[in-house]
Amino acid sequence: MPDRTIYMDNAASTRLDERVLEAMKPYYFDSYAVATSEFGHSMGIEAKETLEAARAKLAEALKASPEEVLLTSGDTESSNLALKGVTNALAGKKGKHIVVSKIEDFPVLNSAKALERLGYKATYLGVDKEGFLDLAELERSITKETVLVSIQHANQEIGTVQDIEAIGRICHDRGALFHTDATHTLTRIPLDMGRMAVDLATITAHTIHGPKGIGALYVRKGTPLMKWMDGGFQEFNLRAGLENIPGAMGFAKAIELVTEEENERLRAIRDSLIDSLLKQVPRTTLNGSRTRRIPQNANITFHRVEGESITLHLDMRGIEVSTGSACFSRSLEASHVIMGIGGDHERAHGSIRYSLGRFNDISEVPEVVKAMTDIIGKLRSISPLKD
Amino acid sequence: MKFPYGEKVLEHFKNPQNVGKIEDADGKAIVGSPACGDMVAVYLKIDPNENRIVDAKFESYGCASNIATGSIITELAKGKTIEEAKKISWQQASEALGGLPKIKAHCSVLAVEGLREAITNYEEKHGLIKEREPTTAEVVKRRLKNVMNPLTGLDIVRGNLIKEVKVEEGVVKISVDLPESHIFASNIKEEVNERIETLWDVKKVEISFNPA
Repeated sequence: MPDRTIYMDNAASTRLDERVLEAMKPYYFDSYAVATSEFGHSMGIEAKETLEAARAKLAEALKASPEEVLLTSGDTESSNLALKGVTNALAGKKGKHIVVSKIEDFPVLNSAKALERLGYKATYLGVDKEGFLDLAELERSITKETVLVSIQHANQEIGTVQDIEAIGRICHDRGALFHTDATHTLTRIPLDMGRMAVDLATITAHTIHGPKGIGALYVRKGTPLMKWMDGGFQEFNLRAGLENIPGAMGFAKAIELVTEEENERLRAIRDSLIDSLLKQVPRTTLNGSRTRRIPQNANITFHRVEGESITLHLDMRGIEVSTGSACFSRSLEASHVIMGIGGDHERAHGSIRYSLGRFNDISEVPEVVKAMTDIIGKLRSISPLKD
Repeated sequence: MKFPYGEKVLEHFKNPQNVGKIEDADGKAIVGSPACGDMVAVYLKIDPNENRIVDAKFESYGCASNIATGSIITELAKGKTIEEAKKISWQQASEALGGLPKIKAHCSVLAVEGLREAITNYEEKHGLIKEREPTTAEVVKRRLKNVMNPLTGLDIVRGNLIKEVKVEEGVVKISVDLPESHIFASNIKEEVNERIETLWDVKKVEISFNPA
């Protein structure tokens, strides 16, 4: 039994920071009322003020105004609201075409597929071997029928950071709205809604040591959006449902706690992992870009080995990661991201994602590298695939 | 700690039995492909006097279930005659491992197929099979019994997921009773393809699903 856990699956979800919990506690035990109108009871008025204070902090992090930040239950809801809300609001007023990339995460990808079933046409743009979009191809794909373009800020598996400034400009030049999924970049890569031509952006708390079940959608002033969660008049009458005030406070605190120093530290761990693994384990390939990648992601294929076998061996040593192997996924399909960057099944099956967070330390790197060397050696020794 | 498999599977995964290659094997087979994610090689040493398996080894490029099944299937095969060994089913392998998750049935089936193919290879080399069997709808259905529905852990023939099989001049048409948007549609398609396109007289495989 391993005496410590090395958790490197932070892109899936993170451990809550105690300071975030402390910031949330009063709103469970002392000030737990629903946010009311200004004519409500005093606890309700206080709740409303708390909510707006949290919203102001989120807005500040995005360099946006508070009225442009809608609180949701997380990134899945935010992206659903962006794609379905915008297309519905413009139904009959504009064309029925949307553009997304092939390597988007499932909330965007499957919302696009859902829209296709409703009669929309979707273009799924390919990416190059490091995961970058071809901007000329993007430009050509936007027609006067195009309602919305949704391109992620950074990729969930391989960490490639898209040039969303340039993408936004192209969309606006061509008359389309632009949504970006910033789930894996919030606080890690600068986001500036004042400067960037972004109309909608998905963010979430649980990937930065905040609570699960809270996220937000940035909606630029004047962007058409149809409400699809009906009920009360919350969130500027665009998203009904009891406001998650402790969650909002936790989210604001989680954002506040990320520092540039921390990002530097994560970059150092990331680079040490990538360098050591590529050097010490034979027949490996880095997935994604060496330079334009988020600080907290490393993704490497160990050729001729199957990922679920690797993750199980790692798990028995107390190391938690994830893989793009078909055997690991719920649908038994190989990672669409690795396939999207021109990889074959073999490359997807042997891909391992190490995603870092605040509680990782550079001292963990040698242990992970040692474990990988042992495990890959063992699995290759029983494989019928030789050089 | 909580692992996705039972103790017996984990034991065979951590310390697989009979791993390796038999250089002068009497029967051998490699099934699966890197494209499909799992591959198993099975090597047999067979005593020709009573067609009894005296040694069995395997190699695996695959997930934990695949490795554990390779280990158990070679254990089960040793000492059996080829006729007895042919009858070892994936259910028996799974039971001997204390059960495998349903979604992993397809990985364990591969090792069972590997054993059967290695026996066929021996039979062919020793003149025990006179003629190659032409592919008919029946042959196709028999092979499809090795394709598992990951939702139920049942094969797609007994699970009534095969609506129709047609074989015409080397073209096999298979219609599957699942919507094309089904979560496992592309997995099942790959698995079916893998089983049928390798048949000696098959030129093309066409697999259709119900429209969404």
